Amino acid sequence: MTIFGVPTQALFGQLLIGLINGAFYALLSLGLSVIFGLLNIINFTHGAQYMMGAFAAYFALQWLGLGYWWALVIAPVVVGLTGIVLERTTLKFLYQLDHLYGLLLTFGFALIIQGLFRHQYGSSGLPYPMPRELGGGQNLGFMFLPNYRAWVIVFSVAVCLATWYVIERTRLGAYLRAATENPALVQAFGVNVPRMITLTYGFGVGLAGLAGVLAAPIYQVNPLMGADLIIVVFAVVVIGGLGSIMGSIVTGFGLGVVEGFTKVFYPEASNTVIFVIMALVLLVRPSGLFGRST
Amino acid sequence: MTATTDRYVESALPSVAGVSLSRVVAFCVMTGVLVVAPFFVYPVFLMKALCFALFACAFNLLIGYVGLLSFGHAVFLGSAGYGAAHSAKVWGFAPELAIVFGTGIAAVLGVVIGALAIRSKGIYFANITLAFAQMVYFFSLQATFTGGEDGIQSVPRGTLLGLLDLRETFTVYFVVLAIFLGGFLLIYRAIHSPFGQVLKAIRENEVRAVSLGYRAEQYKLLAFVLSATFAGLAGATKALVFQLASLTDVHWTMSGEVVLMTLLGGLGTVFGPVVGAFVVVTLENYLAQIGAWVTIVQGAIFVVCVLSFRRGIVGELGHILRKSL
Repeated sequence: MTIFGVPTQALFGQLLIGLINGAFYALLSLGLSVIFGLLNIINFTHGAQYMMGAFAAYFALQWLGLGYWWALVIAPVVVGLTGIVLERTTLKFLYQLDHLYGLLLTFGFALIIQGLFRHQYGSSGLPYPMPRELGGGQNLGFMFLPNYRAWVIVFSVAVCLATWYVIERTRLGAYLRAATENPALVQAFGVNVPRMITLTYGFGVGLAGLAGVLAAPIYQVNPLMGADLIIVVFAVVVIGGLGSIMGSIVTGFGLGVVEGFTKVFYPEASNTVIFVIMALVLLVRPSGLFGRST
Repeated sequence: MTATTDRYVESALPSVAGVSLSRVVAFCVMTGVLVVAPFFVYPVFLMKALCFALFACAFNLLIGYVGLLSFGHAVFLGSAGYGAAHSAKVWGFAPELAIVFGTGIAAVLGVVIGALAIRSKGIYFANITLAFAQMVYFFSLQATFTGGEDGIQSVPRGTLLGLLDLRETFTVYFVVLAIFLGGFLLIYRAIHSPFGQVLKAIRENEVRAVSLGYRAEQYKLLAFVLSATFAGLAGATKALVFQLASLTDVHWTMSGEVVLMTLLGGLGTVFGPVVGAFVVVTLENYLAQIGAWVTIVQGAIFVVCVLSFRRGIVGELGHILRKSL
């Protein structure tokens, strides 16, 4: 069976890969969006923190003998805590300066972290085993679906929707959104805004760590695994519109799928298609598909 | 990102032909040192530093005087390098034509990317330029004429204007020095012209500049194209001198490096990018043997500069001397 001259097997295979990539785009751009909303900085360390999540899973297994399911809980917390330390010791001094300094500082930290890991572990990548419960796969008739990949998609959709629900539908989220609009006023109402900022940064970074754990069994654990990925995620964020929660989720998955299909129909453009879409979106809607005009 | 050092009142200082005395002295010292240097220091190393110094000056035109942080300036360095290398090697262009051709390519890319990016500000601008740079990187990786991972190697240096044999190390050094000084002075001229004054006005308060009747977008675009062109001049020269155009020059790490050079030397200072480029190239030269430490040290410099050294080397020096350098 073929569609547009392409075997369905290949088509659905690429669709699946697209959805997997989309899941990582969505989780990472969601974290960036949450951080940007409150801190007004683009967190350039995000790719390094995603890598740290994968390494945290690797260390948990090697040093503590704790498997994938433990890593899924521990790694985001640990990575989130390092984020909190970073925010408390350095980032918080930059809020009254131009936002670009935040970008440069986090870029510097990304270089340091990636450099240290590369110095210690080389750049060849370390294997991380697939959790035993999620080995194997389902034969759906038109394609073979590995269980782990299905899990990554389902789990990341759940995490994205839960984050969206907390921010858009709960009291805590209301405080957060209010502080995004006018931090001084929210602070005047007795909300501890600096602590909220710290925890938000920790949460966004934790999401990156979580994405890292999810990625570990699929890709190898590699010190540079986040370095190039994060630039694609930046483009995703520009397309979706910075600061929009649902925007990041939808564009993340959407662009992953588009990229997957490009691999089927015009493989030469698969690396650049997201950037081309970004250029087109900027021409039509400079503030992104879901962004508010600046 | 506003530069702090440029706000000293220049008219109160003694001046030579409208240029403050301190800058004239600094320029003479710089030129003198660069003329004597090849007799004491390895000239190839100096040429590398000079190319990067021009690159950083071009970048500084945009961040220091328009307040726009481009995180994709490697595009212009790299694409001009490919243009110059390809035209010299495959089409047999003379070196001066190859450099003009490469620079032209950077200028054209500057118009295209600038027209799209200039509509946004701050972090968006940085993100968008970075994304375009990545697009050009992947294009360079896949296109055939760039040689992919290998790059364009053993580019002939040729004979400049049919007179100067560029295979001689000293000849090529002084040609590179002349190109650098020419570019430096042109950038200085652009910054200190009425055009440059309008750029600063836009940086400080864009709405007000628009209300005074200036077409801010056109000024910003022109500044962007100028910056891209000079970055291209640096890239084309670099490709000919080192006889190599490669992916390194289009990769985003190169865009990060030029930010580092300018930040370390002093954003919005005239001489800062030059000093920053020399310091960074020297550091890389010594750290190259120990692999990953280059990026670690670069990252550490970023962190220190942003947290406690925002004026940069030259900015801090100017602050101590109470002079605008």
